[in-house]
Amino acid sequence: MSDGRTTAVRARVEEVYRSESRRVLATLIRLLGDFDLAEEALHDAFTAAAESWARDGEPANPRAWLVSTGRFKAIDALRRRARFDASQGEVAERIASDAADDAERAALGDLEDDRLRLVFTCCHPALPPDAQLALTLREVCGLTTEEIARAFLTRASTVAQRIVRAKAKIRDARIPYQVPARGELPERLDAVLHVIYLVFNEGYSASSGDSLTRADVSGEAIRLGRLLVELLPEPEVFGLLALMLLHDSRRAARTTAAGEVVLLDEQDRTLWNGEQIAEGLALVERAIASRRVGPYTLQAAIAAVHAAAPSPAATRWGEIVALYDVLVRVEPSPVVELNRAVAVAMRDGPEAGLALVDAILSRGELTDYRFAHATRADLCRRLGRAAEARSAYARALELTGQERERRFLERRLAELGD
Amino acid sequence: MRYLCMIFFDETKLASLGAGEHAALLAEAAAYVDELRGGGHLVFAQALEGVEAATTVRVRSGKLTAHDGPFAETKEQIAGFVVLEARDLNEAIQLAARIPPVRLGGVEVRPVRILPGSGGRIA
Repeated sequence: MSDGRTTAVRARVEEVYRSESRRVLATLIRLLGDFDLAEEALHDAFTAAAESWARDGEPANPRAWLVSTGRFKAIDALRRRARFDASQGEVAERIASDAADDAERAALGDLEDDRLRLVFTCCHPALPPDAQLALTLREVCGLTTEEIARAFLTRASTVAQRIVRAKAKIRDARIPYQVPARGELPERLDAVLHVIYLVFNEGYSASSGDSLTRADVSGEAIRLGRLLVELLPEPEVFGLLALMLLHDSRRAARTTAAGEVVLLDEQDRTLWNGEQIAEGLALVERAIASRRVGPYTLQAAIAAVHAAAPSPAATRWGEIVALYDVLVRVEPSPVVELNRAVAVAMRDGPEAGLALVDAILSRGELTDYRFAHATRADLCRRLGRAAEARSAYARALELTGQERERRFLERRLAELGD
Repeated sequence: MRYLCMIFFDETKLASLGAGEHAALLAEAAAYVDELRGGGHLVFAQALEGVEAATTVRVRSGKLTAHDGPFAETKEQIAGFVVLEARDLNEAIQLAARIPPVRLGGVEVRPVRILPGSGGRIA
């Protein structure tokens, strides 16, 4: 067989790996009942593919071939280990008899459901939140431990430990591999959406460091969001994907070439990604049409008002305030109130916004939140109250860890002069 | 698979219930235990006396000390427990959440460890 053909087959196998491996893994986890076993089986199946497809040509249904091959490789591996540990042999025989019973179609019929099962299992509330994050990125997105560690600025060994413990908990507490029943779905879906949003935010508020990696992380979150929209077309799922797309559409405009922060009202709107905006707007409409409007949908609707404005002056702040009025009721939080205050300031003037910000701070809330002080500083600046602006910027600086934010605040402070 | 469900709450919450409400809660709890039994989920269930009746015992270098009160100095305390038989954690969570006194506080759901050679028997 020629070298050219081997190379071609290997390239094809890699292509199939990129597009199918996550789906195959999800099904293997269901069939084998164990994450580690499934990962080994996946690896063995793709290794076998490289050899077998070169010899016999690519199968008509590569996915089915990989699932089937993976399953049998796992049975073989377990039978070999049974020589030292009888319990492995029992597992092997159970899997083998299930394989004999299933029609191949039955095993594969649930292919899309398997990915959903995987997402819900990785985001199970019985797992610690940072473990949910790590497990989802590893098993659903296929990121390596190193990639996850870089994205979240932790050590690879920490991430690896979290994943090992999470798998142990799934086994020991018998967390089942299933999509929650209708009645439990809303709450369980919340957990999944929360994980996806956390992943997105890691990439979105990229600090100094490898910004390329961070962009990938937001991309993973969007990919996850798209998967969820396919598998579970619920309004808040549309809302979350819309929110992520609309935020991401501004990526190119958010920083200068030198890496400095550019605020929304100063961004070059021609740099906004029109395709993402169009997709985001359509999703917001779908979500709102359902009449079951939740926090992600509301936040997406607010982002949509910004996205639809050709210039900062054209922004319909009245609409934004109205949306915040609903959001404050649906998801009451001082941060949401703060964001509403910013919008009120744009609609009614800085005095009105400042009154709201001061009300929050005097309740004792957000006193250590840098954006509260940065907002206060900005409003005082616009009112010509320079001394108050200065001390508010100073307070915000004390609370900031990120380099880019720090530089931005220092610039604002310098602009106030003496 | 078996799960120990430890029901906990702040005892002052129980004390603040009127006599009628308290009796109703006990009746509800008893009825639920029957339901668990009927569904094949009940292994064992007991309510406990309040923490004033608790004694904590420690042994250090063979020396026994006992003192008044529960082992953990927390506001919420264990008030009772149920050992459930459930297919998986999700089923255990759903069953545990419906134990009536849980609404006063919460319930910890933990798998029972099967010790080798014990055949899974607890008594």
